[in-house]
Amino acid sequence: MTVNEAVKTYCLRLGDDALILGHRLSEWTSRAPFLEEDIALTNVALDFVGRARLFYQYAAELSGGDATEDTFAYTRDVREFSNLLICELPRGDFAFTIVRQFLFDSLALLFMEKLKHSDDSRLAGIAAKAEKEATYHVRRGREWMLRLGDGTNESHSRAQKAVDELWGYTNEMFEVDALAATLIEAGIAVDTEALRAPWFESVSEVLTEATLTVPDTDWAVEGGRRGIHTDDLGFLLAELQFMQRAYPGLRW
Amino acid sequence: MTRSFQTRIDAEQKIEPKDWMPEKYRQTLIRQISQHAHSEVIGEQPEGNWITRAPSLERKAILLAKVQDEAGHGLYLYAAAETLGITREELIDRLHTGASKYASIFNYPSLTWADVGAIGWLVDSAAIVNQVSLQNTSYGPYARAMVRICKEESFHQRQGYNIMMTLMQGNEQQRAMAQDALDRWWWPSLMMFGPHDGESAHSAQSMKWKIKRRSNDDLRQQYVDQAVQQALAIGLKVPDPALAWNEERGHYDFGDIDWEEFERVIKGNGPCNRQRLAHHVEAHAEGVWVREAMACYDKKRRSRRHDAA
Ligand SMILES: [Fe+2]
Ligand SMILES: [Fe+2]
Repeated sequence: MTVNEAVKTYCLRLGDDALILGHRLSEWTSRAPFLEEDIALTNVALDFVGRARLFYQYAAELSGGDATEDTFAYTRDVREFSNLLICELPRGDFAFTIVRQFLFDSLALLFMEKLKHSDDSRLAGIAAKAEKEATYHVRRGREWMLRLGDGTNESHSRAQKAVDELWGYTNEMFEVDALAATLIEAGIAVDTEALRAPWFESVSEVLTEATLTVPDTDWAVEGGRRGIHTDDLGFLLAELQFMQRAYPGLRW
Repeated sequence: MTRSFQTRIDAEQKIEPKDWMPEKYRQTLIRQISQHAHSEVIGEQPEGNWITRAPSLERKAILLAKVQDEAGHGLYLYAAAETLGITREELIDRLHTGASKYASIFNYPSLTWADVGAIGWLVDSAAIVNQVSLQNTSYGPYARAMVRICKEESFHQRQGYNIMMTLMQGNEQQRAMAQDALDRWWWPSLMMFGPHDGESAHSAQSMKWKIKRRSNDDLRQQYVDQAVQQALAIGLKVPDPALAWNEERGHYDFGDIDWEEFERVIKGNGPCNRQRLAHHVEAHAEGVWVREAMACYDKKRRSRRHDAA
């Protein structure tokens, strides 16, 4: 695999994470617990769709030919999607959505801070923009974690349940496979293994402050980067890709 | 007092929340502003329903931004209504019990992607015509909300029209999709301006109080003149055999609105009345525990701060 091909694959991973998580967030539009939060969730969904577009656009340039951002979003099937599993899990209740965002965004912030210094200037540029958004997302997530964890008994138990259900999906966020290792070596990619400890520290701090328990379990599911997904992704794609599948190749 | 109130209105002075106002003026405003707010919020649904299915990432991003704006408009308007001494919870309750209405056009379904175009183009155009006239409404907070809202609306209208234009430049199937959407949304969009001037229950007093600034028929005519031109420009056929340019009036003549259909949908018999309301009721009910958690957390924090002091 050439460096260009490896960078393209790397872009697709990051683009897929953003698109699929953005899709789940966008399912909240008109369904949030109150109007201000409806606006906020839609806004974060928009950030993620925007992030996906930047990674896909770069991937399209690296592919050459007539590939566009939409080629990647709309014409690949489940096995070709390489998002982390945590991104595709159904939206669940509000606690599930908030906890997932908080766990994911906490890593995204650390990740983008590093990727900003990538030797690949295009990736560095995308990361600089994403870092600003992630800073806001993490601040927002922390405030919600405190309110849910240290709110009522019901919100506390819903938040704890979400933490427990999501915890085993976080391991995959840090794994470094051969492709990532090559790009780390080249000064292009981020060494996520090295972010495991700082992530754990900042997440534990907030969980504790929110009176939530940091899970002490060792279950860990992985597969997303290899195209091994949960059953949910197929349905998500059926919806997301409906127009391009029903009316292939048209401009809208 | 009533007379000096009317004198202020006649002199184009804005009425502010702390000013004296006739009870009927207050009630009329609450009714109108809350109906407007609910329309923005319920209006999220027919378009929002295409966010997850938008045909390209660019369209998806634009649609997310558009729907987010509409929710924001709802927020400005609830805030304006709250200055009249009613809470958001009461306003939402009135929506849920049916005491308060929302724009009836949102009781129609958005069946194809072209409907997203038709809604942005027609429904937002009609809203703009109405809202521009309300920038001069006599109640200060409402007028200022309208100014903010109008700034964002033109982007909504343009994105909708752009969807329709793109479809009309596409293949046979896409053009048919666009025409079908226009056929379904045209008449409901004319109904958005309400009954004819003679039959409008609240019009005369609202005009006198300058809550309303222009008559329903007057606004409708302006909308028709604009929209017909725009339809023609991209090759769409307006579904009205009586439509004709009237040289003398300098306006388009158009056919009779089916007021029975209008009444039928307002009374709850549109294709989606039940779903639109149920969707909102359900989201609000599912959110109870979240709102309680927030309130509880804030209370704990306040008392902790109190203890520390
Ligand atoms: Fe609006
Ligand atoms: Fe609008």
